[in-house]
Amino acid sequence: MPQSLHYLKETASQTAGPYVHIGLAPKAAGFDIYKRELGRDISGPNAKGERIRIEGSVIDGMGAPIKDALLELWQANSEGNYAHPQGGDPVEEGFRGWGRVITDFNTGDWGFETVKPGKTLDSRGKPQAPHITLWLVARGVNVGLNTRLYFSDEAEANAADPVLNMIEWEHRRATLIAQRSLRDGKPVYRFDIRLQGEAETVFFDI
Amino acid sequence: MTTPEQFYQRDWSIHPPAYSPGYKTSVARSPSYSKISLDNSVGELTGPVFGHSDIDAGDNDLLTNFAQPGQSPIGERIILHGRVLDENARPVPNTLVEIWQANAGGRYRHKKDTYLAPIDPNFGGCGRTITDETGAFAFRTVKPGAYPWRNYVNNWRPAHIHVSVFGSGFAQRLITQCYFQGDPLIPICPIVQTIPNPDAIEQLTATLDLNATIPLDTVAYKFDIVLRGRRSTLFENRLEGN
Repeated sequence: MPQSLHYLKETASQTAGPYVHIGLAPKAAGFDIYKRELGRDISGPNAKGERIRIEGSVIDGMGAPIKDALLELWQANSEGNYAHPQGGDPVEEGFRGWGRVITDFNTGDWGFETVKPGKTLDSRGKPQAPHITLWLVARGVNVGLNTRLYFSDEAEANAADPVLNMIEWEHRRATLIAQRSLRDGKPVYRFDIRLQGEAETVFFDI
Repeated sequence: MTTPEQFYQRDWSIHPPAYSPGYKTSVARSPSYSKISLDNSVGELTGPVFGHSDIDAGDNDLLTNFAQPGQSPIGERIILHGRVLDENARPVPNTLVEIWQANAGGRYRHKKDTYLAPIDPNFGGCGRTITDETGAFAFRTVKPGAYPWRNYVNNWRPAHIHVSVFGSGFAQRLITQCYFQGDPLIPICPIVQTIPNPDAIEQLTATLDLNATIPLDTVAYKFDIVLRGRRSTLFENRLEGN
């Protein structure tokens, strides 16, 4: 036997199950236990940039909305900095860039308010179009799914984005673009996540 | 500012495949196409930072965090403790660990759970804590009960505690389940058996830890969690060690 490398093995993933709310969003499960539920306020009151709403649904392979999913998001502020010691320049007081949202038990819809992120750099220093990193868990999902949300009003930046361009099937890139519209004068983006089927969302191994 | 190091490529042979027909719900919820592999950029290498202003001191004690004053939940009192490490066996300090579970009768405090076992008025079923400098965490709770679920008509979940961990970068984000040593339901559970690798299942099984018990009071189980490790850049000048 050659020498052992002594690395540990990553702990295996298991589904979050149908009752993920108890642990991560207990009020939705039906009880009030923590003083602060985490992930409600993504950008805080001081963040610069455009205030936006993003909403959508999560759809299974039969076209039905998934009503027990949980999404987390991680994003830069409007200047492309993350709220992390190695995430770039300091961010505005109260900006976290992290959020947690569930799909509605009746409709399957989810939605959150934040600020539109700025451009960031990839590992080789190339600019990436503004985007939000998303992570999805649900009953029946064995390992959390990673994807990215880009913005329809950033066509030029999206066309140059190194990650979108890595997707060989050009028509699949559209699954990652949230569509902008105005509601009562305020910007709302629509982003449906399809776990399976013809228009399956692109998921990443990150 | 230094850029955080890239993560090791994930070893998918230890994780359950998305499509696991023995676990029926996965069939329509599993992506069919291959995932696109990405080099990590700063958005994957960093992640949210949590501090003690986010949680409260008693949040990790499920025996008291929902109980009426002077009362406590019914069931076997246990301590669940361990460390969060990375694949390089280094501790992951200051990271958020959240758990949730059924009560001792196998019933969840959730508006969608209709199992006939009763709700325990003194048990919420969730807890959270932040690891210390050595990556250590501890919860006090009751051992959850097994319960039936609709998959085939006679499937039973082994006693388990759901565990959610962050790590230092969003690419380490993990949700899993902790099982208990010696449970005969483990080898016949369709959700456990989505994992193709027997060693990986062993790694999800907490071990009785007599040394961490409180004699005449609470028994203890040890459950270590391993997150993805980061590469070291061996041939670049660095101000600090790896």
